[in-house]
Amino acid sequence: MSAPVFKNPVVRWIDYRMPVFTFLNHELNEYPTPRNLSYWWNFGSLAGIMLVTMIVTGIVLAMHYTPHTDYAFQSVERIMRDVNYGWLIRYLHMNGASMFFIVTFIHMFRGLYYGSYKAPRELLWILGVVILLIMMATAFMGYVLPWGQMSFWGATVITNLFSAIPLVGEDVVSWLWGGFAVDNPTLNRFYSLHYLLPFVLVGVVVLHLVALHRFGSNNPLGIDTKGPQDTLPFHPYYTAKDMFGLGVFLIFYALVVFFAPNLFGEPDNYIPANPLSTPAHIVPEWYFLPFYAILRAVPNKLGGVVLMFASIFVLFILPWLDRSPVRSARFRPIYKIFFWILVVDCVVLGVVGANPPEGNWVAIGRIATIWYFVHFIILVPLLARLERPRPLPASISQPVLAGGGFAPAAARMDKA
Amino acid sequence: MVHGAEAVRGQAGGHGHGEGGGSRRDFLILATTAVGAVGAASVLWPFIDQMNPSADVLALSTVEVDVAPIAVGQAITVKWRGKPVFIRHRTEEEIKAARSVALSELRDPEADEARAQRPEWLILVGVCTHLGCIPLGQKPSDPHGDYGGWFCPCHGSHYDTSGRIRRGPAPQNLVVPDYLFASDTVVRIGEVGPAGGAAA
Repeated sequence: MSAPVFKNPVVRWIDYRMPVFTFLNHELNEYPTPRNLSYWWNFGSLAGIMLVTMIVTGIVLAMHYTPHTDYAFQSVERIMRDVNYGWLIRYLHMNGASMFFIVTFIHMFRGLYYGSYKAPRELLWILGVVILLIMMATAFMGYVLPWGQMSFWGATVITNLFSAIPLVGEDVVSWLWGGFAVDNPTLNRFYSLHYLLPFVLVGVVVLHLVALHRFGSNNPLGIDTKGPQDTLPFHPYYTAKDMFGLGVFLIFYALVVFFAPNLFGEPDNYIPANPLSTPAHIVPEWYFLPFYAILRAVPNKLGGVVLMFASIFVLFILPWLDRSPVRSARFRPIYKIFFWILVVDCVVLGVVGANPPEGNWVAIGRIATIWYFVHFIILVPLLARLERPRPLPASISQPVLAGGGFAPAAARMDKA
Repeated sequence: MVHGAEAVRGQAGGHGHGEGGGSRRDFLILATTAVGAVGAASVLWPFIDQMNPSADVLALSTVEVDVAPIAVGQAITVKWRGKPVFIRHRTEEEIKAARSVALSELRDPEADEARAQRPEWLILVGVCTHLGCIPLGQKPSDPHGDYGGWFCPCHGSHYDTSGRIRRGPAPQNLVVPDYLFASDTVVRIGEVGPAGGAAA
């Protein structure tokens, strides 16, 4: 990196004393990025944009929302009916949570497929899992705020998870509640934390980006960039590509907001919370369903809770479970098969989580849960030893610029 | 891969299609920026407009007051749009005092006839035009200032029996809201009369 010379003298004056412009130029303009990134690499920036969207719409909603059990539901209805464009801003926020999880899940599966968690990007991956955990906590507490039936009973069920902790469980739960049940103190603290955590997220996202920019993005080939011939400056090549992806994504987001705003929601949450009556069939938001299925797969309270948390914590140690030196599944024929089985397994878990724990769903849920852990704990370490990867290309640019025999096949797979 | 190839082509021939100084790329950048700007502005508006008074607030923007119980010489205060409104049933002396002042003596010249639709009823927004305090003078025990109307304790503005500023830092008379006598005893504050009856 050479210090850029800025034309504007004011910029030059500031930059000499506080090199923010040099920093921005380095990280957003000339930042060398692998030239072969596919559209699967759009989802990180989309997640960042969703975080900003959630914060902006959330701050606006906070201007009109009342965090009190007597007024919360009414204030949300007032936002929907009376506040100028309140319906739009709330639907953007409500569906924004779903969009945030959609892009984040795709972002994570992309990381799993292309081995983006492997050295030297372990910390980057771990920070990503931390982001997921904070997102889940934030989303859960946000869902409580409208104080509908699902809000109340979701809060009751999830906080009761902590009662599974031996010895201190009950005390922890009443500490979380600030009382003997989910009530006004609970609503107030959830509101406070729901406002705080997104800014914690921003902090962790900054660390995520610092870690990312240390070695740069992984790429569909999973091999390191070997020089300028393998990279492109971030601007305009990837700013343009990200903008295009953003446009497509926003069309999808807008379609949901304007034409199916309650697609991801539960009708029961439009009934005010009633602490004396649990709805017949309570389900969490769709993005929690796979974890919910794991929770219910175990016929033991503590076991279910432990396994549910383990399903996320296993991701923390993934970089050390997968010792295969080859990152991209493109060169790992067997891993690639198991990757797609894992995707299907997670979808199955989601479907199981959405259905009542009766009949075949119980068995399917247990098999899918076992498979999830078998994948990470047994198959991934085993494949690292047993699988014979395909030969890697010498560099990113070689198959393109030299027209090597490998390129056409690779290019076709990359279209996805 | 496809991307890389495009990038190479883009670098080599970006300005190959130029016509009359502007290239196709310039046009695309301009068009994209314009569409983006329109999009951004249309997204921005709901986020600004949400802070404007909402439908339920606007729905409460008129109040109906029954003035029958107010005896001559009495005054009441009602809340309208979150602010106090003074309704004063003036005595003959007060009306005479208000109407006998020469306009040239006033800081904010306005005839009493233009400030009261019915001489006996003076209706004012009870907010000092200096910095928004509520002037005293509604109760008989309150100070009424040197001109028999209202006195603002914050910075010492004196208002006369027509609510006009006579002395002190306030620049303008107490504001007369839109109102309309629905009948002889019912007044609707916030509503414009059939004759455009704004007395302000």
